[in-house]
Amino acid sequence: MTPLLKVENLSIAFRTRNGEVTALHDVSFEVGAGEVVGVVGESGSGKSVSAYTTIGLLDQAGRVAGGSVSYDGKPLLGQQRPLRGREISMIFQNPRAALNPIMTVGQQLSDVLKRHALAGRTDAKSKAIDLLRQVQINDPEERYNAYPFELSGGMCQRVMIALALACSPRLLIADEPTTGLDVTTQKTTMDLMRELTRARGMSVVLITHDLGMAAEYCDRIVVMEKGRVVESAPVRQLFTAPRHPYTQKLIAASPGPDSRLEDLTRGQLEAPAKITPTPQNRPGPDRLLEVVNLVKEFPRRGTGFFGRKPAPFRAVDGISFELRRGESLGLVGESGCGKSTTSSIIARLQDATSGSVIFDGHDILHHPAQRFAKMPQRGQVQMVFQDSHDSLDPRWSAADVIAQPLRRIMGMKDAGELSRRTAMLAEMVGLPGELLSRYPHQLSGGQKARVNIARAIATDPLLLILDEPTSALDVSVQAVVLQLLDRLRRELGMSYIFVSHDLNVVRLLCERTIVMNRGKIVEEGSAEQVLHAPRDPYTQKLVAAIPHFEPEKLRVS
Amino acid sequence: MAATLAAPLTRLRYTLSGNPLTAVGFGLFALMIFLALFGPAIAPYDPLATRAVNALQPPSWAHPFGTDHLGRDVFSRVIVATRLDLGIALSAVALSFVIGSALGCLAGFFGGWADRIIGRMSDTIMAFPLFVLAMGVVATMGNTVENVIYATAVINLPFYIRVARAEVAVRRNAGYVQAARLSGSSSLRILATQLFPNVLPPMMVQISLNLGWAILNAAGLSFIGLGVRPPSAEWGIMVAEGASYIISGEWWLALFPGTALMLAVFCFNLMGDGLRDLVDPTRRT
Repeated sequence: MTPLLKVENLSIAFRTRNGEVTALHDVSFEVGAGEVVGVVGESGSGKSVSAYTTIGLLDQAGRVAGGSVSYDGKPLLGQQRPLRGREISMIFQNPRAALNPIMTVGQQLSDVLKRHALAGRTDAKSKAIDLLRQVQINDPEERYNAYPFELSGGMCQRVMIALALACSPRLLIADEPTTGLDVTTQKTTMDLMRELTRARGMSVVLITHDLGMAAEYCDRIVVMEKGRVVESAPVRQLFTAPRHPYTQKLIAASPGPDSRLEDLTRGQLEAPAKITPTPQNRPGPDRLLEVVNLVKEFPRRGTGFFGRKPAPFRAVDGISFELRRGESLGLVGESGCGKSTTSSIIARLQDATSGSVIFDGHDILHHPAQRFAKMPQRGQVQMVFQDSHDSLDPRWSAADVIAQPLRRIMGMKDAGELSRRTAMLAEMVGLPGELLSRYPHQLSGGQKARVNIARAIATDPLLLILDEPTSALDVSVQAVVLQLLDRLRRELGMSYIFVSHDLNVVRLLCERTIVMNRGKIVEEGSAEQVLHAPRDPYTQKLVAAIPHFEPEKLRVS
Repeated sequence: MAATLAAPLTRLRYTLSGNPLTAVGFGLFALMIFLALFGPAIAPYDPLATRAVNALQPPSWAHPFGTDHLGRDVFSRVIVATRLDLGIALSAVALSFVIGSALGCLAGFFGGWADRIIGRMSDTIMAFPLFVLAMGVVATMGNTVENVIYATAVINLPFYIRVARAEVAVRRNAGYVQAARLSGSSSLRILATQLFPNVLPPMMVQISLNLGWAILNAAGLSFIGLGVRPPSAEWGIMVAEGASYIISGEWWLALFPGTALMLAVFCFNLMGDGLRDLVDPTRRT
């Protein structure tokens, strides 16, 4: 039987200022009819490039340097146009960006149907509504007239799926379809996609960086590294007996429900810093932070009947918790649950509506956020931001970034002392000294994360708030950064508030975990207990939605 | 930040090598600067010396651009005028850049009332036909070089305010601004050290376009008699004076200063992208 899609020795080169760069080297894989193939790899591995080439959307600067792609036994390269949509379709990474923002979703669906002569002017609407119903959108008649911005991210992705399936193609390429969606939404979206493609006997190429997701939804997995296919095997074989060292490294680095921090890098522990700061003896009450009845309200726009103001939206709804000195606390929840608002109030970047945050014996909410920069506590509460690229000024070199808190908070002026201290901080976070003169766009994701961490620990804080510090990093980099954070906490005697949506990661780093939903704390307990024996129904749903790969389970099934 | 200033020459070479058109622009600009600095010294004749016998001579080896109705050498006048025209354009643009970007940054960063007042102010300026506004300013304040500069600066102000406001507003809540707050920086310091440098690249494009407009505006004012007064050598006046002789066949009077004007505007427009790349570290790898 000939495979539906066959990629043979495909090489792609990109023209750049410094000559041609080969992005794909002799990539070969096959997709059989009705098969779900996962293409897995870290950023820059060429997984998206191969998909874009297949569907004929390769960037202008790119060029097929060799090899071929055949679809249904016929050569495909250069012939995609008539097949696109009808035979092969694609789901993009960011559904909101892939939908036209000024057209209703129904209109966009009808257009596709009309374009491919699957519907006429009279029945386009009813067929579009039917499609919306198939992707399980509630009130499809009403949603037909909705604009993309009126729908949630998960809903947009469902519309994308409806668009992709509109012409009943035989091959679907899904490029990181659930990145940026919450785990529970991810699960429903992926389950829906699996159900629909299975019912139609479609083949799927699922491109993802998440091994757990690939394990749950694919039949066969192709692992890519730096533009090469390093391993291709059925799911069970890949996870139980990975052959290639890169696959082994990737599997080890993905945190599962039972993995330990030191397992993530398979024994190749990061070399400890040469400068080990003397363990800090920091006197003070055992209770470092106490949050009491914290409330944050945001005004809603518009007016209700008779000019009454609508009730404000409560992002944080009266939460209270404590943090002991040297303790690490996980703050878990899905987007919109108030975890980021809470952390930015504690970091004094935002003012609360009411409540108090008692830090080291003082209520730090007394001082407005605008003036907190000058308070003595500023250096003791620091934060590492989610997006390590966005949080670095593109015009400042790494050394300037790290020196900034030293200058402003510690009042260091002497250039020699500043550069000595900066170099020391860089060494503590494992950033090679020669990178200090570089600008953010010249650093890799992991290096930028290190610069951010170095800046945050420059003032020797008592409390470090980590707002999803690893969510944008590749798993192997995440593993190293998590180990670094764990080591720094022990060496510097800091307390952590670790904000994340990923319970597996939180469990690795935190002793205690708080689960938030809609501005309230729904569960509190040890990280182990929350992950393995959740009590609250919401937590149970959250835990069940995390895609896992458990070799034991796979072997049994 | 010291590294930003390091090796600016290598950076210039890198930027220019990637874009030959920009290199042409920078070359023309260098030539203009040279003429502005040394024009009076290298001009073959005194630009103001009249010789009635020699009036309206066509271009020749002695007078490459010919002579005007008073027998003055057009070549020398075109060269000497560079200083005045470039001076007016540069100082007008510098003035509107400094004031405009300061106001725009404040409006974009603080929003609220600051934004509303500054925004309506720039709308008011924009509501007038700009050249008419400039005419009005010069007509009421008097016919001097300084007033031409002020008039040109005022009419260009709204463009800087708008660009700066928009660029600062999108970056106001960027991660690095939050991080700077955590590092103990006050709002004004963040504005000056983090946000302003980051809005420079789009401002540079605006500056280069504006230099062209400014030089045209100054020449235009002089052309209608509301700017630099004769007998000073100025491209606008020279075109104005030469215009009446075109019909009688003495084309060189208007053509050469007009070409100089055109080349100047052309050069500023070519420089735009290069200037932006020069101040934007992400364009360098």
